[in-house]
Amino acid sequence: MTADTSWKLSATLTPRFLLGVLALLALVVVAGEAWAQLQMGGSRSGILATLWKWTPLLLVGPPREFGGFALNIAVSFLAMAIGTVGGLVLGLGLISHFVPLRHVSWLMTQFFRNSPWLVLLFFVMLLTPFQLRLFGLTIPLPAWLKATFGLSLPIMANVAEIVRGAVNSIPTAQWESAESLAFSRMQTLWRIILPQCVKRMIPPWMNWYCILTMSTPLISIVGVNDSMTLTQDALAAEQRTELLMPMYLMLLCFFFVYCYPIARWTIRLERKYAVRG
Amino acid sequence: MTDIAAWTPEQPIVSLDDVHKSFGNNEVLKGVSFDVRKGEVVCIIGPSGSGKSTLLRCVNALVPIDRGSIKVEGREVHDPALDKLELRRKVGMVFQQYNLFPHKSALENVMMAPVLVLKRPKGEAEAEARQLMRKVRLEGKEDAYPGELSGGEQQRVAIARSLAMDPDIMLFDEVTSALDPETVKEVLATIRVLAEEGMTCMLVTHEMGFARELGDHIYFTDRGVIVEHGPPATFFTSASDPRTRAFLSQIL
Repeated sequence: MTADTSWKLSATLTPRFLLGVLALLALVVVAGEAWAQLQMGGSRSGILATLWKWTPLLLVGPPREFGGFALNIAVSFLAMAIGTVGGLVLGLGLISHFVPLRHVSWLMTQFFRNSPWLVLLFFVMLLTPFQLRLFGLTIPLPAWLKATFGLSLPIMANVAEIVRGAVNSIPTAQWESAESLAFSRMQTLWRIILPQCVKRMIPPWMNWYCILTMSTPLISIVGVNDSMTLTQDALAAEQRTELLMPMYLMLLCFFFVYCYPIARWTIRLERKYAVRG
Repeated sequence: MTDIAAWTPEQPIVSLDDVHKSFGNNEVLKGVSFDVRKGEVVCIIGPSGSGKSTLLRCVNALVPIDRGSIKVEGREVHDPALDKLELRRKVGMVFQQYNLFPHKSALENVMMAPVLVLKRPKGEAEAEARQLMRKVRLEGKEDAYPGELSGGEQQRVAIARSLAMDPDIMLFDEVTSALDPETVKEVLATIRVLAEEGMTCMLVTHEMGFARELGDHIYFTDRGVIVEHGPPATFFTSASDPRTRAFLSQIL
């Protein structure tokens, strides 16, 4: 079924389609520009020039400060890393033979999979202190780090489901033959089952990475200088309504240009690793 | 736990006594008893669904039994205190669908268990694995992955993989049923070599010719019980039970 949908998706997302979308975006900006020039009589700088002026800030944040789109990417990396490690542990909990552990893992997975990300984010912001005291050391917990942790929770739960699904998709015969060779359960899991799961897990895992990246602007509402916050700051500084659409469009383009190749790559891997038969 | 010293090779190496096993409401084994002596080749035949595969899986504790006793080298297999891994080192098993590890090459499949389970040095295990690959006549295929091998070749790798653990008993669960008629011969030839070397073998099989030629004892199972048994010479010519005769007339 997945192979089928991915085929249809990939048929839609051809390079020609991509070019078409980009051309349309360019047209909107140019038309906006022309309209603005007519309205203002050329007294203020044009829309394209204004966008260009703000681009460095939106991409990498204010000077000597880390922020902007680069921060969104950094947060996506870190949240994915935390979510993947946590998800692997939680996923192994889901298939554990130790019943209490399995139940607790199940509850955690269901809870974090079925909670709105924004609410989780607020919850983590309020729950965690602004600094940690460990062995006499004071570790500051900046807002962006707390937000990253908040985003990693739903990722963790979804990665756990990916792990559980992949392990269950390996034929039981593999377990039987490993068992009959006197492998322990741990050896069977780590040496036989999980290595065969990796290929199956990569496409859904990348899919979740894209979803996570596209959700990183959520952190703007908890006071982090990400590209969304900075876009709003730039718009507030300019005070020009005709900039609203082009500015947000530019922000959309940043995410699109970053996520689209990953989505394409995911589809290719999905097709490559598709189970034949 | 039964003391291992109490067992001597003169006693049965595998001993089943009144073994019962149900899956839900389906009673698959309804009191099966028989003995296998060291070096014997025992063939279990019978219609599908008669519990043959379950019987083999009980011997290496892949499937727990409900009632009765199974002893391997004098030790109760279903004693909760028994070290199952210890048992499985002594009892090798080969499956109908080969079940090789698809992410490992043929050689790695063979040497994996000795390295991970028996903690043999890698070099030593590899040399032994290469020798086993020669024994099953697959030299040159060491680096091939299971997906690149034919069914018969995969099955011979699976046999080599089991032999690498240096087992005392080999269980063969319909090992030729998934193969093309041409490749059946290669696999049977491999098993024949083992049998002639004195390996204790328990085979569930549909290869009557093979059972007749190599089997020391034939057991016919139907609906969870042993209906009839005997050495091949008498079993195939003078079966007395009507169910056995009906089965043999269909298959021979």
